Amino acid sequence: MRRPPVGWFTGSLVRATSLTDSARSLTFSVPGWPGNLAGQHVDLRLTASDGYQATRSYSIASVGPDTDVELAVERLPDGEVSPFLVDDLEVGDSVELRGPLGGWFVWRPEHPEPVQLIAGGSGVVPLLAMTRAHTDARSTVPMQLLYSLRTPEDALYRDELQQRSSTTPTTWHYTRTVPPGWTRAAGRLTPDDLRSATLPPERGPLTFVCGPTGFVETVARGLIDLGHQPDSIRTERFGGI
Amino acid sequence: MQHLDGNVLAGPASELFPSEPTTTRGQCLSCSDIATLAQAMVYGAPMGYVVRCRGCDGVLVVITEHDGQTTVNMHSLRLLSEL
Ligand SMILES: Cc1cc2nc3c(=O)[nH]c(=O)nc-3n(C[C@H](O)[C@H](O)[C@H](O)COP(=O)(O)OP(=O)(O)OC[C@H]3O[C@@H](n4cnc5c(N)ncnc54)[C@H](O)[C@@H]3O)c2cc1C
Ligand SMILES: [Zn+2]
Repeated sequence: MRRPPVGWFTGSLVRATSLTDSARSLTFSVPGWPGNLAGQHVDLRLTASDGYQATRSYSIASVGPDTDVELAVERLPDGEVSPFLVDDLEVGDSVELRGPLGGWFVWRPEHPEPVQLIAGGSGVVPLLAMTRAHTDARSTVPMQLLYSLRTPEDALYRDELQQRSSTTPTTWHYTRTVPPGWTRAAGRLTPDDLRSATLPPERGPLTFVCGPTGFVETVARGLIDLGHQPDSIRTERFGGI
Repeated sequence: MQHLDGNVLAGPASELFPSEPTTTRGQCLSCSDIATLAQAMVYGAPMGYVVRCRGCDGVLVVITEHDGQTTVNMHSLRLLSEL
């Protein structure tokens, strides 16, 4: 598949909003940015005054031809890069961005299959982009999200996902703390949860799974046990446990 | 740090592949598994990338990026056409 040239761009932070106590949405103005598909990511490079560089990958929350690029970063307390992006980067500051990157973990409105999205924690970012692309394209392909998170306070983009509930509905799953009145106790996603909250193999869905490495592997195995074809499951591991 | 997958190679490998790296398919010479690069397992990011077969865990290729220079050591991988 042809792709636009991948290059390094300079992005200057034009908007920053806190999403939760530990996560922040960062929008960069990126002159020359060729636009991006839903699910693509950037490599973000920081250079310290002594020349030391650190590069990390971040999914792109925004979609389409716009030259404003939105990322959403979760702070890992011991991390080298993420605490800086969440706590210290200020509007007007610049970073280097390489992209748009990736073609496998991408949803295109031309895909005919129904779509199941499964997110663990900040793994929701590229999947949110897919719901945005679905909305922008006025797609009629069924698309639904299963979003696993520790506590209700950890939800990224809750309002936006809820506003989209009639076209791309979200099933919320809590592993540590549930909201008041919730009928399901907090706990890990079980095979039964997966079965009841995802599109079954008979519907021939394309399933995107994203989150911490351990989450992705457990869910992917669970989907195969439910009878999904391995090639109908697309995974993206963010690292960690 | 636990492993990642081949999606993370999209940037580092972009200079080596004329087309999209993550949808490029390859065959493991040890176990014959055919997969896209995105489906491989990747260890050692972001210092370097040791790319292992999802099927047999054998090392397929090692990619390092240093001072803007990318080097690739092919171990046990046959590149096929893009998906
Ligand atoms: C393709 C791709 C897309 C990504 N998209 C996003 C995104 O949209 N938003 C986002 O917040 N992050 C995303 N990540 C993760 C991101 O690249 C960094 O790994 C993360 O921000 C941690 O970097 P750090 O420098 O703060 O931590 P490091 O200094 O690199 O690591 C600190 C410690 O945290 C552990 N650790 C590393 N990553 C994780 C993790 N994901 N979960 C738990 N523990 C971890 C490490 O083992 C280490 O012990 C993505 C990763 C990939 C490969
Ligand atoms: Zn193999």
